[in-house]
Amino acid sequence: MPEPIITINQLNKIYHTEQGNEIKAIENFNFDINVNNFVCIVGPSGCGKSTLLRIIAGLDSASSGFVSYQGQAICKPSRDIGMVFQEYSLLPWQTVINNVALGLEFAKQSKQKRMEVAVSYLKMVGLEDYARAYPFELSGGMQQRVAIARALANNPQVLLMDEPFGALDAHTRILMQKELLTIWGENMKTIVFVTHSVDEAIYLADTVIVMSSRPGGVKEVINVNMSRPRDRANPIYGQLSSQILLMLEEEVAKAK
Amino acid sequence: MSKKIANICMMLILPLLFLITWSHLAKSVNNTVILPSPAMVLQLLSHPLDNLISMGSLANNIFISLLRVLAGYLLAVLLAIPLGILMGYYAKMFQLFNAFVGLFRPIPPLAWVPLVLAWFGISSFATLAGVERGTLYIYLNNLKFSMVFIIFIGAFYPVLTSAIYGVKTVKKTLIDSARVLGASGSDVFFKILIPAAKPSIVNGMRIGLGVAWMCLVSAEMLPGSLSGVGYMITHAYTIARTDVVIAGMISIAVVGALMDMLFKVFEERKFKWQRLMR
Repeated sequence: MPEPIITINQLNKIYHTEQGNEIKAIENFNFDINVNNFVCIVGPSGCGKSTLLRIIAGLDSASSGFVSYQGQAICKPSRDIGMVFQEYSLLPWQTVINNVALGLEFAKQSKQKRMEVAVSYLKMVGLEDYARAYPFELSGGMQQRVAIARALANNPQVLLMDEPFGALDAHTRILMQKELLTIWGENMKTIVFVTHSVDEAIYLADTVIVMSSRPGGVKEVINVNMSRPRDRANPIYGQLSSQILLMLEEEVAKAK
Repeated sequence: MSKKIANICMMLILPLLFLITWSHLAKSVNNTVILPSPAMVLQLLSHPLDNLISMGSLANNIFISLLRVLAGYLLAVLLAIPLGILMGYYAKMFQLFNAFVGLFRPIPPLAWVPLVLAWFGISSFATLAGVERGTLYIYLNNLKFSMVFIIFIGAFYPVLTSAIYGVKTVKKTLIDSARVLGASGSDVFFKILIPAAKPSIVNGMRIGLGVAWMCLVSAEMLPGSLSGVGYMITHAYTIARTDVVIAGMISIAVVGALMDMLFKVFEERKFKWQRLMR
Protein backbone atom coordinates (compact mmCIF):
# COMPACT_ATOMS: atom_id res chain seq x y z
CA MET A 1 0.00 0.00 0.00
CA PRO A 2 1.75 3.20 -1.14
CA GLU A 3 1.57 6.04 1.34
CA PRO A 4 0.09 9.39 0.34
CA ILE A 5 2.37 12.41 0.57
CA ILE A 6 -0.40 14.89 -0.17
CA THR A 7 -3.97 14.39 0.92
CA ILE A 8 -6.81 16.49 -0.46
CA ASN A 9 -10.02 15.95 1.42
CA GLN A 10 -13.38 17.57 0.58
CA LEU A 11 -11.67 20.67 -0.67
CA ASN A 12 -13.86 23.65 -1.54
CA LYS A 13 -12.75 27.02 -2.83
CA ILE A 14 -15.14 29.93 -3.21
CA TYR A 15 -14.17 33.29 -4.65
CA HIS A 16 -16.02 36.51 -3.99
CA THR A 17 -16.25 38.84 -6.95
CA GLU A 18 -16.21 42.61 -6.55
CA GLN A 19 -19.98 42.69 -7.07
CA GLY A 20 -20.30 40.41 -4.08
CA ASN A 21 -21.19 37.28 -6.05
CA GLU A 22 -19.88 33.92 -5.02
CA ILE A 23 -18.01 31.81 -7.52
CA LYS A 24 -17.38 28.20 -6.69
CA ALA A 25 -13.99 27.40 -8.17
CA ILE A 26 -13.49 23.98 -6.63
CA GLU A 27 -16.13 21.75 -5.10
CA ASN A 28 -15.65 18.61 -3.07
CA PHE A 29 -12.25 17.66 -4.45
CA ASN A 30 -10.83 14.45 -3.02
CA PHE A 31 -7.57 12.86 -3.96
CA ASP A 32 -4.47 11.34 -2.42
CA ILE A 33 -1.14 11.81 -4.16
CA ASN A 34 1.34 9.05 -3.47
CA VAL A 35 5.07 9.41 -2.91
CA ASN A 36 7.12 9.56 -6.11
CA ASN A 37 4.05 9.59 -8.29
CA PHE A 38 3.85 11.68 -11.41
CA VAL A 39 0.32 13.08 -11.44
CA CYS A 40 -1.06 15.13 -14.29
CA ILE A 41 -4.19 17.21 -13.97
CA VAL A 42 -6.18 18.02 -17.10
CA GLY A 43 -9.48 19.82 -17.32
CA PRO A 44 -11.43 22.40 -19.29
CA SER A 45 -10.12 25.96 -18.91
CA GLY A 46 -11.36 27.75 -15.85
CA CYS A 47 -12.01 24.52 -13.94
CA GLY A 48 -9.78 25.52 -11.05
CA LYS A 49 -6.63 23.54 -11.94
CA SER A 50 -4.33 26.42 -11.16
CA THR A 51 -6.27 27.30 -8.03
CA LEU A 52 -5.87 23.75 -6.81
CA LEU A 53 -2.13 23.94 -7.37
CA ARG A 54 -1.88 27.28 -5.59
CA ILE A 55 -3.70 25.85 -2.60
CA ILE A 56 -1.34 22.87 -2.44
CA ALA A 57 1.56 25.33 -2.68
CA GLY A 58 0.18 27.31 0.24
CA LEU A 59 -0.25 30.47 -1.85
CA ASP A 60 -4.04 30.42 -1.56
CA SER A 61 -6.16 29.08 1.26
CA ALA A 62 -9.03 26.61 1.05
CA SER A 63 -12.53 27.86 1.82
CA SER A 64 -13.29 24.57 3.49
CA GLY A 65 -11.89 21.07 3.49
CA PHE A 66 -8.41 19.90 4.10
CA VAL A 67 -5.12 19.77 2.23
CA SER A 68 -2.18 18.21 4.00
CA TYR A 69 1.44 17.40 3.35
CA GLN A 70 2.65 14.31 5.23
CA GLY A 71 -0.28 14.68 7.58
CA GLN A 72 0.37 18.37 8.31
CA ALA A 73 -2.17 20.92 7.12
CA ILE A 74 -0.78 23.26 4.47
CA CYS A 75 -1.42 26.88 5.33
CA LYS A 76 1.63 28.67 3.96
CA PRO A 77 4.37 27.99 1.41
CA SER A 78 7.07 25.59 2.56
CA ARG A 79 10.42 24.56 1.21
CA ASP A 80 9.20 20.97 0.88
CA ILE A 81 6.79 21.94 -1.87
CA GLY A 82 8.29 23.67 -4.89
CA MET A 83 6.48 25.21 -7.81
CA VAL A 84 7.19 26.09 -11.43
CA PHE A 85 4.90 28.67 -13.03
CA GLN A 86 3.68 29.00 -16.59
CA GLU A 87 4.85 32.58 -16.92
CA TYR A 88 8.52 33.20 -16.72
CA SER A 89 9.18 33.82 -13.09
CA LEU A 90 12.96 34.36 -13.02
CA LEU A 91 14.26 37.58 -11.53
CA PRO A 92 15.29 39.53 -14.64
CA TRP A 93 17.96 41.56 -12.80
CA GLN A 94 19.78 38.49 -11.50
CA THR A 95 22.08 36.15 -13.38
CA VAL A 96 20.93 32.63 -14.13
CA ILE A 97 23.07 31.14 -11.36
CA ASN A 98 21.82 33.63 -8.77
CA ASN A 99 18.29 32.81 -9.81
CA VAL A 100 18.89 29.10 -9.27
CA ALA A 101 20.47 29.86 -5.88
CA LEU A 102 17.57 32.06 -4.78
CA GLY A 103 15.88 29.53 -2.49
CA LEU A 104 19.20 28.78 -0.81
CA GLU A 105 19.77 32.49 -0.33
CA PHE A 106 16.42 32.73 1.45
CA ALA A 107 17.53 29.77 3.57
CA LYS A 108 20.65 31.77 4.50
CA GLN A 109 23.14 29.25 3.18
CA SER A 110 26.74 30.32 2.65
CA LYS A 111 27.61 31.77 -0.73
CA GLN A 112 30.00 28.93 -1.52
CA LYS A 113 27.37 26.32 -0.77
CA ARG A 114 24.77 28.21 -2.79
CA MET A 115 26.99 28.35 -5.84
CA GLU A 116 27.96 24.68 -5.57
CA VAL A 117 24.37 23.53 -5.42
CA ALA A 118 23.25 25.95 -8.13
CA VAL A 119 25.96 24.76 -10.51
CA SER A 120 25.04 21.14 -9.98
CA TYR A 121 21.39 21.80 -10.80
CA LEU A 122 22.31 23.95 -13.78
CA LYS A 123 24.34 20.99 -15.03
CA MET A 124 21.32 18.78 -14.55
CA VAL A 125 19.28 20.95 -16.93
CA GLY A 126 22.27 21.34 -19.26
CA LEU A 127 22.72 25.08 -18.82
CA GLU A 128 25.98 25.34 -16.88
CA ASP A 129 27.47 27.42 -19.71
CA TYR A 130 24.83 30.08 -19.15
CA ALA A 131 25.46 30.57 -15.42
CA ARG A 132 26.54 34.20 -15.85
CA ALA A 133 23.89 35.08 -18.44
CA TYR A 134 20.73 37.02 -17.67
CA PRO A 135 17.27 35.51 -18.18
CA PHE A 136 16.48 37.84 -21.11
CA GLU A 137 19.41 36.37 -22.99
CA LEU A 138 17.79 32.91 -22.86
CA SER A 139 15.04 31.38 -24.99
CA GLY A 140 11.69 30.50 -23.44
CA GLY A 141 12.56 26.83 -23.11
CA MET A 142 15.89 27.63 -21.46
CA GLN A 143 14.21 29.99 -19.02
CA GLN A 144 11.80 27.26 -17.95
CA ARG A 145 14.71 24.87 -17.50
CA VAL A 146 16.31 27.43 -15.19
CA ALA A 147 13.00 27.75 -13.32
CA ILE A 148 12.91 23.96 -12.88
CA ALA A 149 16.53 23.96 -11.67
CA ARG A 150 15.67 26.75 -9.25
CA ALA A 151 12.75 24.81 -7.81
CA LEU A 152 14.81 21.61 -7.52
CA ALA A 153 17.77 23.38 -5.89
CA ASN A 154 15.62 23.79 -2.79
CA ASN A 155 15.35 20.00 -2.70
CA PRO A 156 11.57 19.91 -2.33
CA GLN A 157 9.76 16.60 -1.85
CA VAL A 158 6.90 17.66 -4.08
CA LEU A 159 7.19 19.66 -7.29
CA LEU A 160 4.10 21.47 -8.52
CA MET A 161 4.11 22.52 -12.16
CA ASP A 162 1.47 24.88 -13.53
CA GLU A 163 1.46 24.48 -17.31
CA PRO A 164 5.22 24.99 -17.35
CA PHE A 165 5.56 24.25 -21.06
CA GLY A 166 2.38 26.04 -22.14
CA ALA A 167 4.19 28.95 -23.75
CA LEU A 168 6.72 26.85 -25.65
CA ASP A 169 6.61 25.80 -29.28
CA ALA A 170 5.62 22.20 -30.02
CA HIS A 171 9.11 20.91 -30.72
CA THR A 172 10.72 22.47 -27.63
CA ARG A 173 7.81 21.20 -25.63
CA ILE A 174 8.45 17.58 -26.56
CA LEU A 175 12.15 17.96 -25.76
CA MET A 176 11.31 19.47 -22.39
CA GLN A 177 8.91 16.64 -21.59
CA LYS A 178 11.68 14.11 -22.22
CA GLU A 179 14.10 16.09 -20.13
CA LEU A 180 11.65 16.40 -17.27
CA LEU A 181 11.19 12.63 -17.20
CA THR A 182 14.97 12.16 -17.10
CA ILE A 183 15.26 14.59 -14.19
CA TRP A 184 12.39 12.91 -12.42
CA GLY A 185 14.09 9.53 -12.93
CA GLU A 186 17.36 10.84 -11.49
CA ASN A 187 15.97 12.24 -8.28
CA MET A 188 12.61 10.80 -7.55
CA LYS A 189 10.20 13.47 -6.41
CA THR A 190 6.48 13.61 -6.42
CA ILE A 191 5.31 15.75 -9.30
CA VAL A 192 1.89 17.33 -9.76
CA PHE A 193 1.66 18.71 -13.25
CA VAL A 194 -1.20 20.81 -14.60
CA THR A 195 -1.59 20.88 -18.36
CA HIS A 196 -4.00 21.74 -21.15
CA SER A 197 -2.56 19.09 -23.36
CA VAL A 198 -3.97 15.57 -23.15
CA ASP A 199 -0.98 14.30 -25.11
CA GLU A 200 1.41 15.82 -22.61
CA ALA A 201 -0.51 14.27 -19.71
CA ILE A 202 -0.41 10.76 -21.19
CA TYR A 203 3.24 11.08 -22.14
CA LEU A 204 4.29 12.12 -18.64
CA ALA A 205 1.92 10.83 -16.00
CA ASP A 206 1.56 7.74 -13.87
CA THR A 207 -1.88 9.01 -13.03
CA VAL A 208 -4.06 11.46 -14.94
CA ILE A 209 -6.79 13.32 -13.06
CA VAL A 210 -9.53 14.61 -15.33
CA MET A 211 -11.29 17.52 -13.67
CA SER A 212 -14.92 18.46 -14.21
CA SER A 213 -15.78 21.98 -15.34
CA ARG A 214 -16.46 24.69 -12.79
CA PRO A 215 -16.89 24.06 -9.97
CA GLY A 216 -13.91 21.76 -10.43
CA GLY A 217 -13.90 18.30 -8.92
CA VAL A 218 -12.42 14.92 -9.79
CA LYS A 219 -14.30 13.54 -12.78
CA GLU A 220 -12.11 10.56 -13.47
CA VAL A 221 -8.78 9.12 -12.42
CA ILE A 222 -6.87 7.25 -15.08
CA ASN A 223 -3.76 5.19 -14.49
CA VAL A 224 -1.40 5.12 -17.43
CA ASN A 225 0.10 1.66 -17.48
CA MET A 226 2.68 2.07 -20.17
CA SER A 227 6.43 1.74 -19.77
CA ARG A 228 8.60 4.78 -20.41
CA PRO A 229 9.77 6.19 -22.74
CA ARG A 230 6.27 6.10 -24.12
CA ASP A 231 5.63 5.65 -27.77
CA ARG A 232 3.04 8.02 -29.15
CA ALA A 233 2.33 5.41 -31.89
CA ASN A 234 1.27 2.83 -29.29
CA PRO A 235 -2.48 2.04 -29.74
CA ILE A 236 -3.06 2.32 -25.97
CA TYR A 237 -1.71 5.85 -26.20
CA GLY A 238 -4.28 6.76 -28.81
CA GLN A 239 -7.09 5.02 -26.97
CA LEU A 240 -6.36 6.87 -23.74
CA SER A 241 -6.05 10.08 -25.61
CA SER A 242 -9.44 9.84 -27.29
CA GLN A 243 -11.02 8.59 -24.05
CA ILE A 244 -9.82 11.67 -22.13
CA LEU A 245 -10.66 14.05 -24.95
CA LEU A 246 -14.18 12.69 -24.97
CA MET A 247 -14.52 13.35 -21.24
CA LEU A 248 -13.26 16.89 -21.67
CA GLU A 249 -15.73 17.47 -24.49
CA GLU A 250 -18.56 16.36 -22.21
CA GLU A 251 -17.41 18.78 -19.56
CA VAL A 252 -17.11 21.68 -21.95
CA ALA A 253 -20.61 20.92 -23.29
CA LYS A 254 -21.93 20.81 -19.71
CA ALA A 255 -20.44 24.17 -18.92
CA LYS A 256 -22.28 25.83 -21.79
CA MET B 1 30.49 55.20 -39.93
CA SER B 2 28.99 57.29 -42.74
CA LYS B 3 25.59 56.57 -41.24
CA LYS B 4 26.77 58.06 -37.94
CA ILE B 5 27.96 61.21 -39.70
CA ALA B 6 24.63 61.46 -41.52
CA ASN B 7 22.84 61.17 -38.17
CA ILE B 8 24.91 63.94 -36.65
CA CYS B 9 24.27 66.16 -39.68
CA MET B 10 20.54 65.49 -39.33
CA MET B 11 20.66 66.54 -35.69
CA LEU B 12 22.51 69.75 -36.52
CA ILE B 13 20.25 71.02 -39.31
CA LEU B 14 17.58 72.66 -37.15
CA PRO B 15 19.94 74.21 -34.55
CA LEU B 16 22.00 75.72 -37.36
CA LEU B 17 18.91 77.12 -39.10
CA PHE B 18 17.81 78.50 -35.76
CA LEU B 19 21.15 80.25 -35.19
CA ILE B 20 21.19 81.71 -38.68
CA THR B 21 17.63 83.03 -38.35
CA TRP B 22 18.44 84.42 -34.92
CA SER B 23 21.52 86.34 -36.08
CA HIS B 24 19.67 87.68 -39.14
CA LEU B 25 16.76 88.84 -37.02
CA ALA B 26 19.13 90.42 -34.49
CA LYS B 27 20.85 92.30 -37.30
CA SER B 28 17.58 93.61 -38.78
CA VAL B 29 16.07 94.52 -35.37
CA ASN B 30 19.32 96.22 -34.42
CA ASN B 31 18.33 96.68 -30.78
CA THR B 32 20.21 94.59 -28.20
CA VAL B 33 17.47 95.02 -25.60
CA ILE B 34 14.89 93.36 -27.80
CA LEU B 35 17.17 90.78 -29.38
CA PRO B 36 20.93 90.60 -28.82
CA SER B 37 22.99 88.73 -31.40
CA PRO B 38 24.13 85.15 -30.83
CA ALA B 39 27.70 86.43 -30.78
CA MET B 40 26.98 88.65 -27.77
CA VAL B 41 25.45 85.79 -25.85
CA LEU B 42 28.26 83.47 -26.84
CA GLN B 43 30.72 86.04 -25.58
CA LEU B 44 29.07 85.84 -22.13
CA LEU B 45 28.86 82.05 -22.16
CA SER B 46 32.48 81.62 -23.16
CA HIS B 47 33.66 83.63 -20.14
CA PRO B 48 31.66 81.99 -17.36
CA LEU B 49 34.05 83.20 -14.65
CA ASP B 50 33.77 86.94 -15.42
CA ASN B 51 31.78 89.18 -13.13
CA LEU B 52 28.37 89.93 -14.70
CA ILE B 53 26.10 92.88 -13.88
CA SER B 54 27.86 93.09 -10.46
CA MET B 55 26.31 89.79 -9.39
CA GLY B 56 29.34 87.55 -9.51
CA SER B 57 30.17 85.14 -12.29
CA LEU B 58 27.77 82.97 -14.27
CA ALA B 59 29.50 79.83 -13.02
CA ASN B 60 29.17 80.87 -9.40
CA ASN B 61 25.48 81.62 -9.81
CA ILE B 62 24.88 78.27 -11.47
CA PHE B 63 26.68 76.57 -8.61
CA ILE B 64 24.47 78.31 -6.02
CA SER B 65 21.36 77.36 -8.01
CA LEU B 66 22.52 73.76 -8.16
CA LEU B 67 22.98 73.68 -4.39
CA ARG B 68 19.42 74.90 -3.91
CA VAL B 69 17.94 72.43 -6.33
CA LEU B 70 19.87 69.55 -4.80
CA ALA B 71 18.75 70.50 -1.28
CA GLY B 72 15.07 70.60 -2.24
CA TYR B 73 15.40 67.56 -4.47
CA LEU B 74 17.12 65.41 -1.87
CA LEU B 75 14.43 66.21 0.67
CA ALA B 76 11.76 65.28 -1.87
CA VAL B 77 13.47 62.01 -2.78
CA LEU B 78 14.08 61.05 0.84
CA LEU B 79 10.43 61.53 1.66
CA ALA B 80 8.72 60.44 -1.57
CA ILE B 81 10.50 57.11 -2.14
CA PRO B 82 9.75 55.48 1.24
CA LEU B 83 6.22 56.88 1.22
CA GLY B 84 5.65 55.73 -2.36
CA ILE B 85 6.93 52.23 -1.63
CA LEU B 86 4.71 51.91 1.42
CA MET B 87 1.71 53.24 -0.49
CA GLY B 88 2.38 50.87 -3.35
CA TYR B 89 2.76 47.83 -1.12
CA TYR B 90 0.17 48.30 1.60
CA ALA B 91 -3.36 48.97 0.37
CA LYS B 92 -4.19 50.53 3.75
CA MET B 93 -1.35 53.05 3.44
CA PHE B 94 -2.55 53.89 -0.05
CA GLN B 95 -6.08 54.51 1.17
CA LEU B 96 -4.79 56.59 4.06
CA PHE B 97 -2.51 58.86 2.04
CA ASN B 98 -3.71 58.91 -1.54
CA ALA B 99 -6.66 61.31 -1.26
CA PHE B 100 -4.76 63.65 1.05
CA VAL B 101 -1.58 63.78 -1.00
CA GLY B 102 -3.64 64.02 -4.19
CA LEU B 103 -5.31 67.20 -2.91
CA PHE B 104 -2.03 69.08 -3.08
CA ARG B 105 -0.87 67.65 -6.38
CA PRO B 106 -2.69 70.11 -8.70
CA ILE B 107 -1.38 73.17 -6.84
CA PRO B 108 1.44 74.68 -8.90
CA PRO B 109 4.62 75.15 -6.86
CA LEU B 110 4.48 78.90 -7.52
CA ALA B 111 1.09 79.18 -5.78
CA TRP B 112 2.79 78.25 -2.53
CA VAL B 113 4.92 81.39 -2.59
CA PRO B 114 2.83 83.70 -0.34
CA LEU B 115 2.27 80.99 2.23
CA VAL B 116 5.88 79.90 2.20
CA LEU B 117 7.06 83.47 2.66
CA ALA B 118 4.69 83.94 5.58
CA TRP B 119 6.08 80.80 7.18
CA PHE B 120 9.77 81.07 6.51
CA GLY B 121 10.41 84.67 5.49
CA ILE B 122 14.03 84.91 4.54
CA SER B 123 15.33 82.41 7.08
CA SER B 124 17.78 79.93 5.68
CA PHE B 125 19.83 76.88 6.56
CA ALA B 126 22.33 79.35 8.06
CA THR B 127 19.67 80.37 10.59
CA LEU B 128 19.07 76.71 11.36
CA ALA B 129 22.76 75.90 11.76
CA GLY B 130 23.44 79.09 13.71
CA VAL B 131 26.31 80.08 11.40
CA GLU B 132 26.65 83.85 11.14
CA ARG B 133 29.81 84.51 9.17
CA GLY B 134 32.43 82.93 6.91
CA THR B 135 32.21 81.16 3.55
CA LEU B 136 29.92 78.52 4.98
CA TYR B 137 27.52 81.29 5.96
CA ILE B 138 27.42 82.59 2.40
CA TYR B 139 26.44 79.21 1.03
CA LEU B 140 24.05 78.23 3.78
CA ASN B 141 22.37 81.63 3.73
CA ASN B 142 21.69 81.11 0.05
CA LEU B 143 19.66 78.01 0.87
CA LYS B 144 16.49 79.83 1.91
CA PHE B 145 13.82 77.54 3.33
CA SER B 146 11.22 79.12 1.09
CA MET B 147 13.16 78.27 -2.08
CA VAL B 148 14.00 74.77 -0.95
CA PHE B 149 10.34 74.22 -0.18
CA ILE B 150 9.19 75.33 -3.65
CA ILE B 151 11.71 73.02 -5.28
CA PHE B 152 10.75 70.23 -2.91
CA ILE B 153 7.09 70.52 -3.93
CA GLY B 154 8.03 70.38 -7.60
CA ALA B 155 10.16 67.25 -7.27
CA PHE B 156 8.00 65.41 -4.76
CA TYR B 157 5.07 64.31 -6.92
CA PRO B 158 6.84 62.72 -9.88
CA VAL B 159 9.03 60.71 -7.50
CA LEU B 160 6.10 59.66 -5.37
CA THR B 161 3.89 58.64 -8.28
CA SER B 162 6.53 56.53 -9.95
CA ALA B 163 7.50 54.85 -6.69
CA ILE B 164 3.87 53.85 -6.12
CA TYR B 165 3.51 52.70 -9.72
CA GLY B 166 6.82 50.82 -9.62
CA VAL B 167 5.83 48.80 -6.58
CA LYS B 168 2.25 48.22 -7.71
CA THR B 169 3.22 46.82 -11.09
CA VAL B 170 5.71 44.24 -9.86
CA LYS B 171 4.66 40.94 -11.47
CA LYS B 172 2.75 38.83 -9.00
CA THR B 173 4.46 35.69 -10.27
CA LEU B 174 7.81 37.03 -9.07
CA ILE B 175 6.45 37.43 -5.54
CA ASP B 176 4.64 34.08 -5.61
CA SER B 177 7.67 32.21 -6.85
CA ALA B 178 9.84 33.80 -4.16
CA ARG B 179 7.35 32.83 -1.47
CA VAL B 180 7.26 29.25 -2.71
CA LEU B 181 11.06 29.21 -2.53
CA GLY B 182 10.82 30.10 1.14
CA ALA B 183 11.16 33.90 1.12
CA SER B 184 10.25 35.67 4.34
CA GLY B 185 8.27 38.91 4.31
CA SER B 186 11.42 40.99 4.42
CA ASP B 187 13.00 38.86 1.68
CA VAL B 188 10.05 39.60 -0.57
CA PHE B 189 10.30 43.29 0.25
CA PHE B 190 14.03 43.81 -0.12
CA LYS B 191 15.02 41.15 -2.63
CA ILE B 192 12.02 41.17 -4.97
CA LEU B 193 9.85 44.24 -4.60
CA ILE B 194 12.49 46.95 -4.30
CA PRO B 195 14.80 45.71 -7.09
CA ALA B 196 11.83 45.13 -9.39
CA ALA B 197 10.50 48.63 -8.73
CA LYS B 198 13.91 50.29 -8.99
CA PRO B 199 13.80 51.20 -12.70
CA SER B 200 10.48 52.96 -12.25
CA ILE B 201 11.71 54.72 -9.10
CA VAL B 202 14.88 55.92 -10.80
CA ASN B 203 12.85 57.10 -13.77
CA GLY B 204 10.69 59.12 -11.39
CA MET B 205 13.84 60.56 -9.82
CA ARG B 206 14.97 61.66 -13.25
CA ILE B 207 11.66 63.40 -14.00
CA GLY B 208 11.64 64.88 -10.50
CA LEU B 209 15.08 66.38 -10.96
CA GLY B 210 13.95 67.95 -14.23
CA VAL B 211 10.90 69.48 -12.57
CA ALA B 212 12.97 70.65 -9.59
CA TRP B 213 15.37 72.39 -11.93
CA MET B 214 12.46 74.04 -13.74
CA CYS B 215 11.08 75.33 -10.43
CA LEU B 216 14.36 77.09 -9.87
CA VAL B 217 13.58 80.36 -11.59
CA SER B 218 10.34 80.82 -9.69
CA ALA B 219 12.07 79.91 -6.42
CA GLU B 220 14.85 82.39 -7.06
CA MET B 221 12.38 85.20 -7.74
CA LEU B 222 11.41 85.02 -4.07
CA PRO B 223 12.45 87.91 -1.80
CA GLY B 224 15.73 87.40 -0.01
CA SER B 225 17.33 85.98 -3.11
CA LEU B 226 20.41 87.85 -4.26
CA SER B 227 22.02 85.18 -6.38
CA GLY B 228 21.41 82.18 -8.59
CA VAL B 229 20.73 81.89 -12.30
CA GLY B 230 17.01 82.54 -11.86
CA TYR B 231 17.67 85.72 -9.93
CA MET B 232 20.32 86.72 -12.42
CA ILE B 233 17.76 86.42 -15.24
CA THR B 234 15.14 88.56 -13.48
CA HIS B 235 17.72 91.11 -12.38
CA ALA B 236 19.21 91.33 -15.88
CA TYR B 237 15.70 91.92 -17.19
CA THR B 238 15.19 94.94 -14.88
CA ILE B 239 18.41 96.53 -16.12
CA ALA B 240 17.63 95.69 -19.75
CA ARG B 241 20.50 93.24 -20.27
CA THR B 242 18.71 90.81 -22.57
CA ASP B 243 22.00 89.14 -23.52
CA VAL B 244 22.45 88.09 -19.89
CA VAL B 245 18.85 86.85 -19.78
CA ILE B 246 19.48 84.61 -22.76
CA ALA B 247 22.85 83.44 -21.47
CA GLY B 248 21.14 82.50 -18.19
CA MET B 249 18.40 80.61 -20.04
CA ILE B 250 20.94 78.70 -22.07
CA SER B 251 22.89 77.77 -18.92
CA ILE B 252 19.71 76.43 -17.34
CA ALA B 253 19.01 74.36 -20.43
CA VAL B 254 22.54 72.95 -20.63
CA VAL B 255 22.79 72.07 -16.93
CA GLY B 256 19.32 70.50 -17.01
CA ALA B 257 20.16 68.44 -20.08
CA LEU B 258 23.46 67.30 -18.56
CA MET B 259 21.77 66.12 -15.38
CA ASP B 260 19.17 64.27 -17.41
CA MET B 261 21.89 62.64 -19.47
CA LEU B 262 23.71 61.42 -16.37
CA PHE B 263 20.53 59.72 -15.22
CA LYS B 264 19.97 58.20 -18.65
CA VAL B 265 23.46 56.72 -18.74
CA PHE B 266 22.95 55.29 -15.26
CA GLU B 267 19.58 53.80 -16.23
CA GLU B 268 20.97 52.29 -19.40
CA ARG B 269 23.81 50.63 -17.49
CA LYS B 270 21.89 49.41 -14.50
CA PHE B 271 18.55 48.48 -15.96
CA LYS B 272 19.46 46.99 -19.28
CA TRP B 273 17.41 43.95 -18.23
CA GLN B 274 14.24 45.97 -18.25
CA ARG B 275 14.57 47.14 -21.83
CA LEU B 276 15.62 43.74 -23.12
CA MET B 277 13.03 41.79 -21.18
CA ARG B 278 10.23 42.80 -23.51
